[in-house]
Amino acid sequence: MSSDASHPALRHYYDDMHQQHESATMGMWAFLAQEIMFFGGLFAGYTVYRFKYFNAFVTGSNLLPIEWGGLNTAILIASSFTVAMAVRCAQQGLHKAIFNWFLATMVLGLAFLGVKSIEYSHKYHDHLIPGLNFTWDGPMAGPMKIFFSFYFVMTGMHALHMIIGIGLMIWLMPKIRAGKFGPEYYSPIENFGLYWHFVDIVWIFLFPLLYLIGRHLQ
Amino acid sequence: MSAHAKDHGDGPHIVPMRVYFSVIACLFVLTAITVAAGFLSLGAMNTPVALAIAIFKASLVVLFFMHVKYNTPLMWVFAGAGFFWLIILFALTMQDYVSRGWDDMGVPFLIQ
Repeated sequence: MSSDASHPALRHYYDDMHQQHESATMGMWAFLAQEIMFFGGLFAGYTVYRFKYFNAFVTGSNLLPIEWGGLNTAILIASSFTVAMAVRCAQQGLHKAIFNWFLATMVLGLAFLGVKSIEYSHKYHDHLIPGLNFTWDGPMAGPMKIFFSFYFVMTGMHALHMIIGIGLMIWLMPKIRAGKFGPEYYSPIENFGLYWHFVDIVWIFLFPLLYLIGRHLQ
Repeated sequence: MSAHAKDHGDGPHIVPMRVYFSVIACLFVLTAITVAAGFLSLGAMNTPVALAIAIFKASLVVLFFMHVKYNTPLMWVFAGAGFFWLIILFALTMQDYVSRGWDDMGVPFLIQ
């Protein structure tokens, strides 16, 4: 890439586009390491309390609708594919296709959030939201409250990440339209893809840990 | 992968479509398997099986969708650091909790 030195997206402190791209990818992974720490803390807390209140976590897990959780898993995996396609098209400079794959990703992301909001509204209706209307007449009321606190904080932080992701797509789409990205410069698209895949990975763990574990014990 | 990293005159490394299709197919199949396994009574193995499938799915995403497989060794270190830290977090946290004599943690779970 000898003509790189004159690319409009090249910052003056990089030698060429390749160096800039590698730095951007590395920085994104450093950010994702921080995200792993953030979600890791939540998962560690979940693990500790699951050991401590095993039966309450089994009961709570069985109150989550597995069909909605499974559907959302499929939606999110599909959205990971569409975003991978967007990055691939960016690498080839297919501007229209990047835009369309982003659109597909956004639709899938919104579908996920739609399903999530249906689940949340059912939980509201069943008085299972700690801090808002939690009532549990059976045994283990305290541990049940802990389970649903973890459920709402973990899925809520995950949903917040998805909302931010959709915001990032809205921010990037006019730039895609304007043809700013191509084989020489696609770091913003690739880094968005890394972010979205990470959010998918978080759900890959949330789904079995919240919806599936304990299913066989009821 | 390192050969590609050194040779950056050819533009980005474009992963063949069949790789993406294989990964997405694997992810869907593994999701179905993990749901099915959740309903089977595997004794103490239910949680390890669910986690093993989740880790395998996450690895597919990291290696192929996130292009780590095709990246430089430096990127492997950056990508691996966060996950390595996660192992430390869990190992040290849980060795503390399950070994506390004054708490009832660990034992009921291990019998389960």
